[in-house]
Order: sequence, then C-alpha cells, then structure tokens
Amino acid sequence: MKVGTFDTRSGAIARALATPKGVIAGGWLFLVVFVAIFAPYLTPYDYDIQNLPNAFAPPSAAHWLGTDEFGRDLLTRIMYGARTSLSVSSVAIGISVFCGMCLGAAAGFFGGWFDRAVTVAVDLTWSFPEILVALILVAIMGPGVTGTMIAIGVAYLAQFTRLTRAQIMAIKSETFVEASRSLGAGHGYILFRHLLPNALTPVIVAAMLATGDAIILEATLGFFGLGAQPPTPSWGALMSSGTAQLFKAPWIIILPGVAVAVTVFAINLFGDALVRALDVRAGLREA
Amino acid sequence: MLLRVENLSVQIGSITPLEGVNFDLDKGEILGLVGESGSGKSLTALALAGLLPLIGGRIPTGRLLFDGADMVPMSRSQLRALRGRKIAFVTQNPMTALDPVQRIGDQVDFVSRTHLGLGRKAARARTVELLTQLRIPQADTICNAYPHQLSGGMKQRIVIAMALSGDPELIIADEPTTALDVTVQAQIIQILTTLVRERGLALVLITHDMGVVAQACDKVVVLYAGRLAEQRQVNALFGRPAHPYSAALIGCIPREGMAPGSLVGIPGAVPSVASYPTGCRFHPRCTNAGAGCSDIVPELRSLDAGGAVACHYPLPGIENA
Repeated sequence: MKVGTFDTRSGAIARALATPKGVIAGGWLFLVVFVAIFAPYLTPYDYDIQNLPNAFAPPSAAHWLGTDEFGRDLLTRIMYGARTSLSVSSVAIGISVFCGMCLGAAAGFFGGWFDRAVTVAVDLTWSFPEILVALILVAIMGPGVTGTMIAIGVAYLAQFTRLTRAQIMAIKSETFVEASRSLGAGHGYILFRHLLPNALTPVIVAAMLATGDAIILEATLGFFGLGAQPPTPSWGALMSSGTAQLFKAPWIIILPGVAVAVTVFAINLFGDALVRALDVRAGLREA
Repeated sequence: MLLRVENLSVQIGSITPLEGVNFDLDKGEILGLVGESGSGKSLTALALAGLLPLIGGRIPTGRLLFDGADMVPMSRSQLRALRGRKIAFVTQNPMTALDPVQRIGDQVDFVSRTHLGLGRKAARARTVELLTQLRIPQADTICNAYPHQLSGGMKQRIVIAMALSGDPELIIADEPTTALDVTVQAQIIQILTTLVRERGLALVLITHDMGVVAQACDKVVVLYAGRLAEQRQVNALFGRPAHPYSAALIGCIPREGMAPGSLVGIPGAVPSVASYPTGCRFHPRCTNAGAGCSDIVPELRSLDAGGAVACHYPLPGIENA
C-alpha cells in the first residue's frame, strides 16, 4: 500500500485533464469560456452595429466567418453568442441541480407523504419532453434570458430530483450509515456528511451531461425566437436568422450549428473523463 | 451493575423473533452472546444500542437497565445521547462500516467531537493516539486515507477506534471478526479484549465462535431460536454445560487428538421465525428430549452452581475434556 499521498476528490478536474479525452474536451471548453468572457477584447467589431452594404459577405480576411443579413461580423456574433449559451445553460443547470438535490435528498431521506408528493410531481414533469416543459414555462414568463434560464432549470429539475432521491435511498441503508447512527450521529450529520457526499459523484456527472443538453435546449428556444432577444446574439437565434438565407449564405446557419455541436460534444467527452477521475477508488482498480 | 437485561422481547410487525432474554453485565466484564445464525444475537445487539426502530422493531415487554436507567421508554434524542457516548457499537463487517468517501481521520474525529466536545485539533490528537494504541502504524498518515486503501484488519481496528473514541462504558461488538482472515481474527479479538480490560469497560461480544468465547469472555449467554437457552460463567459452561444445545455447540469445537472425521455438527437447522416448533424450540434436534419437551415451554431456572438454564432435562454435568 502506498502511504503518504492520498488522492482527493477536489483533484478530480486535474486528473480528468490528465487523460487525452480530458485534454481535448477541456481545451475546447476552456477556449469557448475564454472567448465568451473576453469577446470585446478579441474582436474589432461590435455584435450589434449594422453595416448593410456589407451584408452576406462570404468568409474573408476581414470577416473570417463572413457577415450576416445586417452586415455584422458572424465570428463576433458567435463569440458573443457563446456568452448567452454558456451563461443560460450553466445557470439553468445550477438551478436544476440545487433544487433537484434539495428536493430529492429530502424526499429520499425522510420518505412518507413528502416523498410521495415529490415523486408524483416529478413523474408528472418527467412524462413530458423537456422542450415542452420549457416552452410552456417560457410562454408563461415571456421570452428573454431570465425566463429561459428558469424554464430550462425547471425542465431538468425532475432528472436531478430522481437521481438524488434514488442515491440517497440506496445509501441510507448502507452499513456505514447504521454504524454512524450507532455512534450517535444525528439526521443532519448523516445527510450532509454521509449521504450527500456519496450521492454527489453521479449528480456531478449528470449535471455535466445535462449542461450539454441545456445548450441544445437553449439553442432550440433561441431558434424559435423565445430565448435572448435581438440584438443580443445566441447560437440558436443566429441559426434561426440563417434559415432565410440557407442557400445564399449557408455559413450563417452552419457555423453557429458547428459551435453548438462541438461544444456539446466536448462537454460529453469531458463528463466521461470526469466519471473516472471522480471515483476515489478508480486508481485502485486500475492498479 | 452496568447493564441488566430483564425479560427482553423484540417484536417486528406481527412476529416476535426474540423473547425472554435475561442477563446482566458489570464494568470490566466480557459477555459472550452465542448461538447459530437466526438465533437473535444481532437483534439483542440492536436492542441494546437502541437501534431497533431502524429495522422497524420494538420492545413490547422487558427492561433494559443501563446504569440503572431503563432504556426502553427513552426518546430518540435520549438514546442518541447514549449512543457513542456511553454505549458504542462495533459492526459486523468493517468493509461496509466506513463511509467510502470520507477520510478515516474525519470519521473517527467525528465521535469525539460530537460526544466529548473536542475541537478539531484535540480530536485529531486523540484519534492518532487511539489508532496507535490499536497498533496501527503511521497513524497520522492513515488518518488521511480513504477506507478502500486499508486492509480488512486495519478497517476493523478503525471501527473499534471509532467505538472507543467517545469514551463509552459499554461496547457491543456484533461478530467483529467474521469478515476477516483467521490470522487477523485472533489479533483483533486480542486487541479489543485487552483495551476493554485495560479501561475497565464492559463488552458484549457477539460471536458464533465458541473458541473465542472460551478464550476471551467471562460470561456466556446462549441463544437458540430467539430464546435464552443457557446463561453461565464461561468456565462453568465449558466444564458442565447444562443445556443440551450448549453441550452440542461445545461439541462442535475441534479438539486436539480427535480422530479425522469424528467432528460432528448439530443435525438439522435452526427453525425460522415462521415455523418455530411448539414447546422447547430445540426439541426436534435434541438428543435428550423427553416427555413434555414438544409441548411445554421450559421456564428459565437458576442453577445451584450459578447461572440459569431453560430446559426440562438439563444435563447432570458431563465432564468435558
């Protein structure tokens, strides 16, 4: 046995990055986040100033990815669009994870009528496609960034509630929980020190994968004109505006689509690398 | 008397898997609780730790006097204050008794921080000291390890450390060595009993290993099919078992000089709760059964030589080699 250094869960991202998958996926994600944050410093153009004489310019040295129907630089729009897509999807998933874990943990831990009520409500939303739930909520709250965040957050809530509840219920009957109780641990300690930390790994992974789905859902809502409102660019809205010029200027719809696809793929790949890295026992199995 | 169990019964739903258990235990004593699987040993342990609600059990009759106070009517919070502080539990399987994602040190620290109100540093110092006493090398490094990084014997010592950490007066060890290698078993039992004796604690050691009982215990309680069969001092039981079941259990220990193949088990199996025989529950397997055994439940009666037995035809006193 190796005595001296013991791996920690907090080092999981570092370990995920140490794999080839993790490097490629992490590299792309880092690039997207970097571009989203520093967009104003990386491009000489504004995302909202129109330049009509220059509309539908094909890719060139001045406009690497061409321009859209208002003569705005497409690369700039995609870079700013990354801001919308990433912030909306990560805040939305943050809402799902937080609320889902609270609901699921309480339901799984305490059981009884609360558990039954939560399960029924969750199964009800689970039986609709996420897009439908999100559409209904956006219709109620009105389009816009905040509405989209909440709508996507609620759409994915069921998934995390179910996952957490199932985890908590399984772990709560483990011997170590009984052992801890037999040494005088109370509800709070059992829940926060034993159950939630043990339930966390699958939730983190599911959250990672759901973020990819949320980007697609955000793009879909944007495509329908229900997400961020013009002139704020989002990947979905960019594709939507590209449909009218599908044959005249195909880059307008294709390139934001590529951005969505590659980013979602990178998130899934990174999630995969994270699964292994998060397991504190993985090192032992590989050895 | 630290612990006195009076006529303890346990009920789960409509069944009564344990009834009429009596014994007492003083500080510094080690009591062996023996019996085959399904005889009610673990239920007795759960009852002593006040953990029956976990499996949906309750105590319809009987008293559990700990330090003079009856535990049966106690509230959950009163029981929780006892657990870990006065009464500690060592679980059966150390492989599953530790939280896989919490560091060893934090898990042991928790007990003394909760029950003795120690701060972070004081608790850790205490943990390291305990682990060292339990002969764990490099205790301060081990504190940073996760359970899967340790061997079974090490884990069981950690579990024992957790039990000792709250400075309890009574330790209940539910088959603490069944999951371990034979070589480690002896070591763990030795470490546990030594510490218990040094500190003057009381220990209820649940086991089905009569060898361990003979070596480590002062008193024995023999359970069969949810009832008390015999309760004696260790030497008395091994010298002159009164209940045919105790005698049969002792007969199952291999001895030096036995002819190969002469080791016999007890024919038949422990009946399940659903199909307990009437009268004495051991009578279908008993070599000594006579009139009345199949329909009259034997009362527990005191023996002149100390202890008590529940049998219509107790053995007169076969000298055991």
